[in-house]
Amino acid sequence: MKSRKDLWSLYSEKVMEHFQNPRNVGEMQSPDGIGHAGNPVCGDIMELYIKVKDDIIIDAKFKTFGCGAAIATSSILTEMVKGKTIEEAMKISNKAVAEALDGLPPIKMHCSVLAEEALGLAIEDYLAKSKRK
Amino acid sequence: MRRIYLDYAATTPTHPLVLKAMLPWFTDGFGNPASIHSFGQEAKGAIEEAREKVARLIGAKSEEIVFTSSGTEADNFAIKGVAYAKEHKGKHIITTAIEHHAVIEPCKFLEKRGFKVTYLPVDKDGLVDPRHVKKAITDETILISVMHANNEIGTIEPIKEIARIANDRGICFHTDAVQTVGHLPVDVDELKVDLVSISAHKFCGPKGVGALYIRKGTKIVPFMHGGEQEHGRRASTQNVPGIVGFGKACELAQKEMGQEKVRLQTLRDKLISGILDRIDDVRLNGHPTQRLPNNVNISLEFVEGESMLLNLDLVGIAASTGSACSSSVLEASHVLLALGLPHELAHSSLRLTLGQETTEKDIDYVLEKLPQIVKKLRVMSPLYKPGKK
Ligand SMILES: Cc1ncc(COP(=O)(O)O)c(C=O)c1O
Ligand code: FES
Repeated sequence: MKSRKDLWSLYSEKVMEHFQNPRNVGEMQSPDGIGHAGNPVCGDIMELYIKVKDDIIIDAKFKTFGCGAAIATSSILTEMVKGKTIEEAMKISNKAVAEALDGLPPIKMHCSVLAEEALGLAIEDYLAKSKRK
Repeated sequence: MRRIYLDYAATTPTHPLVLKAMLPWFTDGFGNPASIHSFGQEAKGAIEEAREKVARLIGAKSEEIVFTSSGTEADNFAIKGVAYAKEHKGKHIITTAIEHHAVIEPCKFLEKRGFKVTYLPVDKDGLVDPRHVKKAITDETILISVMHANNEIGTIEPIKEIARIANDRGICFHTDAVQTVGHLPVDVDELKVDLVSISAHKFCGPKGVGALYIRKGTKIVPFMHGGEQEHGRRASTQNVPGIVGFGKACELAQKEMGQEKVRLQTLRDKLISGILDRIDDVRLNGHPTQRLPNNVNISLEFVEGESMLLNLDLVGIAASTGSACSSSVLEASHVLLALGLPHELAHSSLRLTLGQETTEKDIDYVLEKLPQIVKKLRVMSPLYKPGKK
């Protein structure tokens, strides 16, 4: 018999840890940028909210409807962007997100693309809004 | 931690008495049933005894039972075997949109080889309308295949009526009864079916053994070519221990089926009403009453199925889902989509299937844990707007 740990051998321990205790869940009061991404592969949805001060992302929150990998990538993404400048954050790729989780199974890589897209859209939204100001 | 298995539709544990019956046939009774000597004849005796038990369970004659390696093989055998035997008469097959892949894929295979296949729709509860079957029949129709009960949503199809329509037109009728044989009474003469697929591991028999019931006189091409086993219909040395276990499982099912059905149905209804009472925005998938005694299939809106399964597994509950995310091809369940469910609801589906070890305590445990998990995931879900409804 396999032990509990092996049961979801599909996912790394880090993925499971973020899945069980997702960071920064929820909506944000008056965010500076919102990214709303839909996954064309399986139909999942992620919403990312960012708060920006002096070009630095000071807070991030998310809401995700999706699989274990989608929830874990959303969670770690919010941790990764905090404290980064907009320019730095723009460089975060889905690969980097997956790597930060000690990897994702190949079939779940598209879920990390969702996170990358949501981030891109949130930044775009922020930039558009700040131009208007 | 407590571990609760609620995925009996996927497979069941082998009954201890089944295992006990099987064991001697790995060692002392290792002979090849095709051999003339006593080792062989003992093994042959054992498979013939098992054949009688399988036949008795479904009201068939033992010579109408062909052992196969699985339910999947029985389905493939039935579909391709009849198609090839009758292609000179016509090349049209009627089946449904909610069949198991073991029926759908052989049909698709045949479509690529010049056959025409009609996949009948189902209503919102998963029922096939016999009138649709009647309308779909053409002069070219050689086979109608409609499953007895659906493995995902548990809906029991009106196959007696459909078989009558097929009989009236002299068309061969097959039913995939993998989810019903051993659980509900199935009588081939009462139902007037020509071919029935059975799988042992769905009712406490071993994995990798099944059977196809073939009514005497049915034209069918052998599934495997080779030796003369199974009257030349399915070559290869029989899986003696597996077949013996299959026979034992049939014998046990025949004895226990009636009581077990009532027990499971009570637990099933408690689980369904408990979930509906405790959680908002839940939909029961499948027919409310015409369904397998052990099947619960629900859509919990705004929550994705795989993340639900992971959370359930973390508290020891084993279930399944029709969500695209948990499928290896990232497609939502074809059965749920055939009900007309929008993609999000197929995504949010959860199947709990009960079995012989399920107790009322297990149901209470699920009713305690599931609402917590759904709540946690809904807080996370961008689709969920509290107080929306
Ligand atoms: C309705 C139905 N048909 C066919 C099969 C295939 O049976 P087996 O697992 O024995 O190949 C299953 C089980 O997965 C089933 O539920
Ligand atoms: S979100 Fe659907 S597979 Fe990950």
